[in-house]
Amino acid sequence: MTTTPAGDVFAYAPAPESRAIVDIKASYGLFVGGEFVDGGGTSFKTINPATEEVLAEVAEATDADVDAAVKAARKAYDKVWGPMPGRERAKYLYRIARIIQERGRELAVLESIDNGKPIREARDVDVPTVAAHFFYYAGWADKLEYAGHGTTPLGVAGQVIPWNFPLLMLAWKIAPALACGNTVVLKPAETTPLTALLFAEICQQADLPAGVVNIVTGAGATGQALVSHPGVDKVAFTGSTDVGKAIARSVAGTDKKVTLELGGKAANIVFDDAPLDQAVEGIVNGIFFNQGHVCCAGSRLLVQESVADELLAKLKRRMSTLRVGDPLDKNTDIGAINSAEQLARIRELSDIGEAEVGTGEGAGRWSPACDLPSTGFWFPPTLFTGVSQAHRIAREEIFGPVLSVLTFRTPSEAVEKANNTPYGLSAGVWTDKGSLILHMANALRAGVVWANTFNKFDPTSPFGGYKESGYGREGGKHGLEAYLK
Amino acid sequence: MSDRIDVRKTYKLYIGGAFPRSESGYSYEVTDSKGTFVANASLASRKDARDAVVAARKAFGGWSARTAYNRAQILYRVAEVMEDRRPQFVRAVEQSEGLRTKDADKVVDAAVDRLVWYAGWADKLTQVVGNANPVAGPFFNLSTPEPTGVVAVLAPQGSSLLGLVSAVAPVVVSGNTAVVVSSYARPLPAVTFAEVLATSDVPGGVVNILTGAAATVAPWLASHQDVNAIDLTGIAGETQLATDLEVAAADNLKRVRRAPAAEPDWSADPGLDAMTAFLETKTVWHPIGV
Repeated sequence: MTTTPAGDVFAYAPAPESRAIVDIKASYGLFVGGEFVDGGGTSFKTINPATEEVLAEVAEATDADVDAAVKAARKAYDKVWGPMPGRERAKYLYRIARIIQERGRELAVLESIDNGKPIREARDVDVPTVAAHFFYYAGWADKLEYAGHGTTPLGVAGQVIPWNFPLLMLAWKIAPALACGNTVVLKPAETTPLTALLFAEICQQADLPAGVVNIVTGAGATGQALVSHPGVDKVAFTGSTDVGKAIARSVAGTDKKVTLELGGKAANIVFDDAPLDQAVEGIVNGIFFNQGHVCCAGSRLLVQESVADELLAKLKRRMSTLRVGDPLDKNTDIGAINSAEQLARIRELSDIGEAEVGTGEGAGRWSPACDLPSTGFWFPPTLFTGVSQAHRIAREEIFGPVLSVLTFRTPSEAVEKANNTPYGLSAGVWTDKGSLILHMANALRAGVVWANTFNKFDPTSPFGGYKESGYGREGGKHGLEAYLK
Repeated sequence: MSDRIDVRKTYKLYIGGAFPRSESGYSYEVTDSKGTFVANASLASRKDARDAVVAARKAFGGWSARTAYNRAQILYRVAEVMEDRRPQFVRAVEQSEGLRTKDADKVVDAAVDRLVWYAGWADKLTQVVGNANPVAGPFFNLSTPEPTGVVAVLAPQGSSLLGLVSAVAPVVVSGNTAVVVSSYARPLPAVTFAEVLATSDVPGGVVNILTGAAATVAPWLASHQDVNAIDLTGIAGETQLATDLEVAAADNLKRVRRAPAAEPDWSADPGLDAMTAFLETKTVWHPIGV
């Protein structure tokens, strides 16, 4: 299934990770009050996006199911988790972190199967960062008085997470909430519910008190029922800016505290003195990591005109070595697009981009030669040159492995172009000049600035956006504020 | 009493460092606490609100790029000039809030002291709410607060001076610029405060003050795509209006400081919330290596 790039004299033998370690059940219920229960609604199928094979049937939570989950969370908050000393809450979180490490391979394989991401990334990035996140926030549970955000939890948190990093987003939501003494009802994305349901089992193994964590599966309607439930004190959402705006409207006039981590259209800015080979690695990591399904992806490459040709030649050469294919193959760089719907959106915007940039000098659409598997959802790494700021591929979040290349001459032009977006989640800067890095870091209106690196994450490091990329921060000491009064 | 006819002041808006009348040509009668006519105040319109946003946006780059030390000095200068104009502010507070001189005196004391307090925050906020983060890898990683941008401030309806100062200072001390809608019934201290700002080295456009009704001006600010945040404190208790404004603000995901049930006690320790509500956190990574 893994394809060999054309002209590559070094063929790779298949190196498949065994999926025997995961035990996917035929059907899953909801995790409410510490038990798996049948929902009152219908069910939906979750598939492997690399093969379109049905993996399991998953219950679709109704309003009544959501209500039961919120009530279970409230009861656990009032009776158990709220009154529990921080040092005891901490120990539960440490236990969870340890079990995640112990079952790391299983989680990574399951994540790869349900999401389509390469096993290399699930194994080396997602799962270790998930465990680290629980470790980090576990330690805060009995030290909140030192953080400067008070020590009073909010109550019940309703959390809705996306499909691009299913387990990692779960950790970003649940770990700080629980450390601060809140209980949670979490809805995973409808295309990637399986690792959240495995996490529910982990909560059982950790003997986490019933109702502290509740998982309700479903689609948009379930999420809407959750965030608008009057028993929810806190809404945390990661996903699209449109849904984020709808949530902001729906909580208007309530006392609900809200954090929103939404879309982005990050500029990755390369100056002429940058170490170009390093920059190329950063650009590739910035846009092709996780198939570009990353809200902070460096989807707009801004390259200084004087090195544009040289950089593009190196970038294309590097892109030609990317291996697209079986997510479970350990040599795979780019896995499957998560869903048919997302693939359609990527195709649509790419076709629009192709028409927009035209075929004039230095303009066009380009992908390395690669054979894509015939079943499943695939999109080759793609770049557009000759992109202008007005083009939709320079303005709209594509959320796929598609890079728009623009050029600039001066630092002020780079700042102007980078900030010319309603988003403000992340940005990248590549230069050897320290003062220029700091100048750019100051001038870029983005919540995370990666200088001479990209797509780095750490539990201690706050993450979140400016402007329409949302509000609130996740991670670090700052991340506690979202879950305390 | 002399026979001299006094020269009355025209109370105008404060936009971009200038004192224009409302472009609408409308004004409204302002009375003292006993209902006696005092002056006609400009009734700010939608166009005035938009002009003020343009002025605030224009001023944002320069103001936010000033050193924190410089912003501290300028806010301290505002306090100095206010102190210098004490009798005028005491009279204005007596008149608008119906306080006895002794109590109006205390209000002015508190307002000046509040400015001094906030002025000192300019170069300490980053140290209190910023953080160096010990990431698990060879990276420098620093989180610092930055101003969110243009902030619409609905100033308190009751406390026409102390409340106003307590709402405006925390917004601008960190580098934001503000479009302020004053108390409707008690707008005159706000105009006098604008005159202090205009003579205290505060760059034009950093604070813009509109006199008029929050219910008519605020919707245009809440829905304005170039406003980054809105403070609803000034419409305490007006649940429906507050909800409508929060809904409108969602269109470009403005940061919203919600309206409390009742106007806060402005003599209480303000804490950090009024400042942190209008800050963004920026985290910068850089590799460490040879």
